[in-house]
Formats: sequence, structure tokens, C-alpha cells
Amino acid sequence: MWNWLKTLYHRLGSPKWFYQITGSWLPWFAGATLLFMSVGLVWGLAYAPMDYQQGNSFRIIYIHVPAAFLAQSVYMMMAVAGVVLLVWKMKMADVVAQALAPVGAAMTFIALVTGAIWGVPTWGTWWMWDARLTSMLILFFLYLGVIALREALKPQEVAARACALLAIVGVINIPIIKYSVDWWYTLHQPATFKLTEKPAMPASMWLPLLMMVLGFYALLGWSVLLRARAEILRREFKAGWVREILQRK
Amino acid sequence: MYFDSLSDFFNMGGHALYVWTSFGISLLLMAANILLPWWNLKRTRAQLQRQLRREAALNTSATTAE
Repeated sequence: MWNWLKTLYHRLGSPKWFYQITGSWLPWFAGATLLFMSVGLVWGLAYAPMDYQQGNSFRIIYIHVPAAFLAQSVYMMMAVAGVVLLVWKMKMADVVAQALAPVGAAMTFIALVTGAIWGVPTWGTWWMWDARLTSMLILFFLYLGVIALREALKPQEVAARACALLAIVGVINIPIIKYSVDWWYTLHQPATFKLTEKPAMPASMWLPLLMMVLGFYALLGWSVLLRARAEILRREFKAGWVREILQRK
Repeated sequence: MYFDSLSDFFNMGGHALYVWTSFGISLLLMAANILLPWWNLKRTRAQLQRQLRREAALNTSATTAE
């Protein structure tokens, strides 16, 4: 297992190998996205029972929770890619980090917007400077910062290192988001799901949520691969294998 | 289905506005995160192919001029 992971790591570090192998992965990510999303959406919107306190606005959970979940895990992936770039100087890590930032920003935005909309019927307000809401807003600005930094800096290697550093420093915000609901409990409820405990809702409610989380992850993979592949072609344009691919089609 | 009728489903027990705007905005953004990179990949490929052809044309004209 360890050796297999090591080989995979080294291979993925090669732009050529990455580009070629991910070409065959794309349809799988696309299929998984469409499958899990449509099952999750139909199940969550039409078949899951409603919450007896919140009524049907509770169904917003099926996008709010997966989006908020991905917003944080994408940021951590970006930071890990940053460490790989800074420590092992792997250029592909920067390509992946660059592809991760826009999806992460979109997920954070979705979590914020759906949270605000959900807040109106549930809390009676769309926004409050609650710790969870504020730390998520900071996460959104961190994403925008990483994206803007890359645009602002030249050459590419300098921008890559600066983005990696900002991503790594910003990780401090992730535990703040996670524990904000316990440390400063004002508006947002504490976590509904814990890995160590059985879910506090019936299976008919959390199974569609699981489908949506899987769908969101597949969408993340699909989107990141599309962006990374275009970036590889641009960066490796001088390489012989890229020219071969371009001439073939 | 959890709802009694299709109109009941669209009405979402009076929460239609909240539910459908949330899902609408989110799906739109997610579709954008696939479609935009996809178009970008196609455009990048076409653009680099043009550049490659230009370079090739430049090379042949340079050799024939000598």
C-alpha cells in the first residue's frame, strides 16, 4: 500500500503522466457527479421527510452542509499542496492548488448564501456576526486572496510560492471554523454529524445527505481535473509530448 | 414521494422561495465550475494548436527564404 502510494505520488508529479491518466478519469468523475447529485437531489427534495420544527426549509441542508464541508476540505487540500510545493518543489502541486482555489471559493460562497437564505425562516435573520458565520466569511476572503495573489505576482514561480504560503498560514482558520460553534455559541448550531457518533437524524434524512456529499466530491474532482489539464497544456507547451498531443487532434 | 401532489412539492409548505433560490443558485454555481473550465480547456487547446501551426509556418518560410 505504502509503495503503491509512493509510486502514485511520483507519477502524479509528472505533468505528462498526470495529463494522460486524468484523461481516462474524467468520464468517471462526470458520471459519479451526475449519478450522486441526481439521486441526492431527488431524494433530498422530494422523498426525505421534513423537519417538524423547520418545515421544508430544512431541505437546504442537502446543499448547505456538503458545500460547507467541501469549502473547508478544499482549503486543507490547497494547504497540503502548498507544503508539497515548498518542501519537495513539486510543480504539479501548484497546478492542483491553482485549480482548487476557484472551486473552494464557489463552495464557500454557496455555504454562505444558502446559510443566509436558510437563516431567514429559521433564525429570523439572514446574517449576524456569529463566530461560525464570520470565520466562514474569512475563509471566503482567504480564497479570494489566494486567487488575487496569483494574478498579481509575476513570475509564476514567485506567485506559486506566495500562494502556497498564504494557503498554509490561512489553515489556522480551519480549526476556528470547526470549534467556533462550541467556543462561541451564539447563533449557529453545533455540528450535526460526528464521526464517532451515530447520526442524530433518521436514515431517510442522512442518506440523501451522504449522496450529496459524494456528488459534491465527484464534482470537485471533475472541476479540478478540467482546470489542471488546461493549465498543464499552457505551462508545458514547450515540451515535446504536449506538441504531439496538440498535433494529433 | 413525501408530498401529496406536484404543486405541494413546488410550494414546499410555504418555504418555496427559500428552498428553490438556495438550490437554484447552488446548482448554477456548480454548473459554472464545470462548464467554464471545460470551455477554457477547449479554447486553450485550440489556441495552442494555432500557435503551433504559426510556428511551423514560420519555420518553413524561414528555410525556403534561404
